[in-house]
Amino acid sequence: MIVAEQKDIAEIIPMTEGYQNILVIGCDTCVTVCLAGGAKEVAILACSLRLAARARGKKVQVDEISIERQCEKEFVDSLQSTVRGHDLLISMGCGIGVQTIAEQFPNLAVVPALNTKLLGLPERQGVWVERCQACGQCILDKTGGICPISRCSKSLLNGPCGGSQNGKCEINKEIDCGWHLIYERLKSLGRLGCLEEIMPAKDWSRSRNGGPRKVIREDMCL
Amino acid sequence: MVGLGFQQALEQNQFVITVELAPPKGTDVSRMLACAERLKGRVHGINVTDNQSAVMRLGSLAACHLLKERGFDPIYQITCRDRNRLALESDLLSAAVLGIRNVLVLTGDHPTAGDHPEAKAVYDLDSTQLLQVITRLNQGRDLSSRSSGGKPLVNGATLAGGTNLFAGAVVNPEANPLEPQIWRFFQKVAAGARFFQTQAVYDLERFDQFMGYARELGAKILAGVLLVRSAAAARYVNEHVPGVVVPERVVKELEPSANPLEAGIRMAGQQIRHLRERCDGVHIMAIGLEEHIPAVLDEAGI
Repeated sequence: MIVAEQKDIAEIIPMTEGYQNILVIGCDTCVTVCLAGGAKEVAILACSLRLAARARGKKVQVDEISIERQCEKEFVDSLQSTVRGHDLLISMGCGIGVQTIAEQFPNLAVVPALNTKLLGLPERQGVWVERCQACGQCILDKTGGICPISRCSKSLLNGPCGGSQNGKCEINKEIDCGWHLIYERLKSLGRLGCLEEIMPAKDWSRSRNGGPRKVIREDMCL
Repeated sequence: MVGLGFQQALEQNQFVITVELAPPKGTDVSRMLACAERLKGRVHGINVTDNQSAVMRLGSLAACHLLKERGFDPIYQITCRDRNRLALESDLLSAAVLGIRNVLVLTGDHPTAGDHPEAKAVYDLDSTQLLQVITRLNQGRDLSSRSSGGKPLVNGATLAGGTNLFAGAVVNPEANPLEPQIWRFFQKVAAGARFFQTQAVYDLERFDQFMGYARELGAKILAGVLLVRSAAAARYVNEHVPGVVVPERVVKELEPSANPLEAGIRMAGQQIRHLRERCDGVHIMAIGLEEHIPAVLDEAGI
């Protein structure tokens, strides 16, 4: 899932400056699960903005709505009638949600209320951890199902660096050394042989470094 | 008196001494060069660090050039942290034309450890891959995958003149656990590392075990020796320098001393004596105390 967290309200309030009719839009998918931008968070943010406006003696209308998925045009399109009369849309979706809304409503200002953080999973209640960087060239078959691109702080391909100590990363003793995890897992699977070959330099052009990416399934195109 | 250059001395099985110098944070190279002058005739090679601990400083390549001009044999440290493959290959060609032949390849401490923690970390290549790149440059080819005309290349482009670099790498015999380090070590030898400079060695029993593997591979090993000025400095290193652990017994030995620097020099000298029978040389890391390296060598009887 995509994990996000809400921006500080002090960063959001200035974004609303000069607008009178605000619509706060939540998303019922990933950001609801990670407790950042679902209907509940929308209600809290809308309330905070109303209070902030009142405190500054301003008359601002703040409305709320949450849709199933902000990252799909069909769902965003369902907002056509709701957005009418608003001059600012605050998206509580991930960065994709904000942009889908911006694309669907080219004449309306859209601002983000969240910082999109990572592709990962809830590790335990209230804690989400990164697991994928969408590098475009999955090598989990070679690394025991543990991703060195997202779990090694340096995205190294050929084992731990000299900073790995007692299974922890040099940048923070709270972080597991990704390569330590990979090594231990392959060892317990009796598959250390996977590591015999030196992995070649990665083709980063398949990642973000190749420019904005696109997936095309010609067989599915209409 | 040391007569031979670094590679020659290693190949002739001399006990090789290298030291580490950090370029200044700025353009005033006087202290660095003065430290080097005091080491003239006493060391085989001088390592020049590459933005060590991810702290921005004068470039290693320029500092190596200044040392080379003054008759020293520099060991150019190059990390994967700050440059992508284009820049790394280009800098290695630059080193070659400046007559800098010894290169020590490192992953590089993460930017978050240093003074520009907001920087974008590069790590386009890892240290093993960078060693492979050097092997390839030495064969007169680069890592490119297509020609300037867009034609796919399987084995890189042919260079108008290759390099003749003597590449080395780093290994930490005190890493815990040791096993993944040994695997990395084998890998680096396969990728073309011809010498290794280790992180600080304290546990001789463990080091002997490590040397067993090294002898099997025929890799030349220079054991790391750390000079620290005090117990507090040792603790600082433990806290802030990735991969270096000064054991508590050493810290405790420095603690009560009235002159901890002197004690540190004595301990480093002693350590060199112990290592002399065990490996191919030592690599002295004095982190800011470079002017005391001659005293360490005196203490070691070198």
